[in-house]
Amino acid sequence: MSIRVERAFGEVVEGEAVVSEEGFSPRYDLDRWSGVITKPGHKLEGVSLKDKVCFFPTAKGGIAAGWAFYDIKWKKIAPKAFIFGVTNPVMVQGAIFAGITITEGWTPHPRGEIATGDWVRVDPAARFVQVLRRNP
Amino acid sequence: MQLSPEERAILAGERGEAARRALEYQVKVGEFWGAERFVPVTNVHMMGDIEVMGNGGLQWLKDTAALGARCAVGTTTNARCFDFAHCRELGQDEREAAKEHELIGCLRRMDVVTTDTCINYQTVYQPHLGEHVAWGDTGTVIYANSVFGARSNFESGPAALAAGITGRTPEYGFHLDAHRKGSFAVDLQAKLDDLADWGMVGKLVGEPHQSYFSVPVFHSARRTPSADELKHLGAALASYGSMGMFHYVGVTPEAPSLEAALGGREPAERIVITDADLERAYASYDLGGRDARLVVFSGPQQSLFEMKQLAGLFDGRQVKEGSRCFVTTNGAVLAQARALGYAATLEAAGVTILEGVCFYILQNLSLMRIKNGWQNLVSNSAKIVNIIGAHRFNTILRRTRDCVDIACTGVLK
Repeated sequence: MSIRVERAFGEVVEGEAVVSEEGFSPRYDLDRWSGVITKPGHKLEGVSLKDKVCFFPTAKGGIAAGWAFYDIKWKKIAPKAFIFGVTNPVMVQGAIFAGITITEGWTPHPRGEIATGDWVRVDPAARFVQVLRRNP
Repeated sequence: MQLSPEERAILAGERGEAARRALEYQVKVGEFWGAERFVPVTNVHMMGDIEVMGNGGLQWLKDTAALGARCAVGTTTNARCFDFAHCRELGQDEREAAKEHELIGCLRRMDVVTTDTCINYQTVYQPHLGEHVAWGDTGTVIYANSVFGARSNFESGPAALAAGITGRTPEYGFHLDAHRKGSFAVDLQAKLDDLADWGMVGKLVGEPHQSYFSVPVFHSARRTPSADELKHLGAALASYGSMGMFHYVGVTPEAPSLEAALGGREPAERIVITDADLERAYASYDLGGRDARLVVFSGPQQSLFEMKQLAGLFDGRQVKEGSRCFVTTNGAVLAQARALGYAATLEAAGVTILEGVCFYILQNLSLMRIKNGWQNLVSNSAKIVNIIGAHRFNTILRRTRDCVDIACTGVLK
């Protein structure tokens, strides 16, 4: 099973998928010292993003995200990749600055195709994300 | 991307290693978005402080300064995380404050003008129609695109600094006509008597339409909005909706009519915002245990007229014992507010005025919350109510006069 992405940057990475129904900002939602989503009520509240391949439908806000990606990469708590349905320039600028793989646009929608816990491979040059192993 | 001879020379290192690296990075960003070329920019506004950058960002900045990086165009800084005069009183980390001094020194060596404001568009630089700039934070960008008709994408700290160094930015997004047309229509029937109401409209419109390239067109408004009202509307749209532009028929320069703002297309959706919508939204906030000990006027920083209004509302009153009320603004506004007596009135009422910062990026804010036992944060800024969640505040939007009452009575309704 694989999904195609429209735009992409970064190296080929593999990791455990975290699939969110809610958008994301590393400033609004993430504890940048632990890598855990801490915003009260966020659908991933309590989930660590460290070393994960993160699927978010949208990006939220905020200019500060540009430095935040570099900061969490420096602290070794960054995700391996961000797979956005729709993103914004800050997420892209921040991910490229930090050297984190990032993509935008997906066909089909990962809902029903990829589940949290699946092991996935992201190939930016080939523009696809592939499930290598299902979460048992 | 198609590069000019000058850009090829920069990539060849003819303007130094810092400029070469900056342009190389900008090419990668441009290629992601399918940009065909660069456009020159006249002004840059960047976010850069130790709270957002961390040690890694500071080290990168020191390395870049050591390479001899210099800004080629006027470059200013956004609000930062320390007002050094209040560092100790707020329980902020003095080692981090020392890093902030170091960081500011690096920026100044690069010819960055450290204005420390998120309302540069009200106090520092007002670009004209069609002028290309490279700005961040998001509130500055949406104001530039919408109210001035200038052209900017959201430029994060490293992207804005790169634009400052190279004097250009990749041409994509809101630099292009194709992305500047309205995509849906908003019939504004609500009265909108308070700044918080304008922010609430931004929440109600932005939250269900989260997309950078979604451009709402407001129409049928009852009156001409002020700069501060447009500021709160834009800041909330950018925050809740990640939006970079809006039109306002008869108000913003690219919206002489609804049809023109929509570029002759049918809107994807038509929505109506009424007084009842606003009242429902105000009533929907979880008041928790009705903790009312923290009231904040920040995000964006206060303009001189907001300072004047607050001084009028706080005149002769006192912040309730055990409560804290914070106002943030920039150095220019504060100097005038002091000269005009507004600051003295606020301070006499027990309000703490912080200069050059935004409350939500204050260094050590989570610890500050824990030490003070704050649960709720009450504000008239829809933006700050949205963005401060990672620090685990329960946030409540209230109108300006209500916020002042809450600060002075300790009663949250």
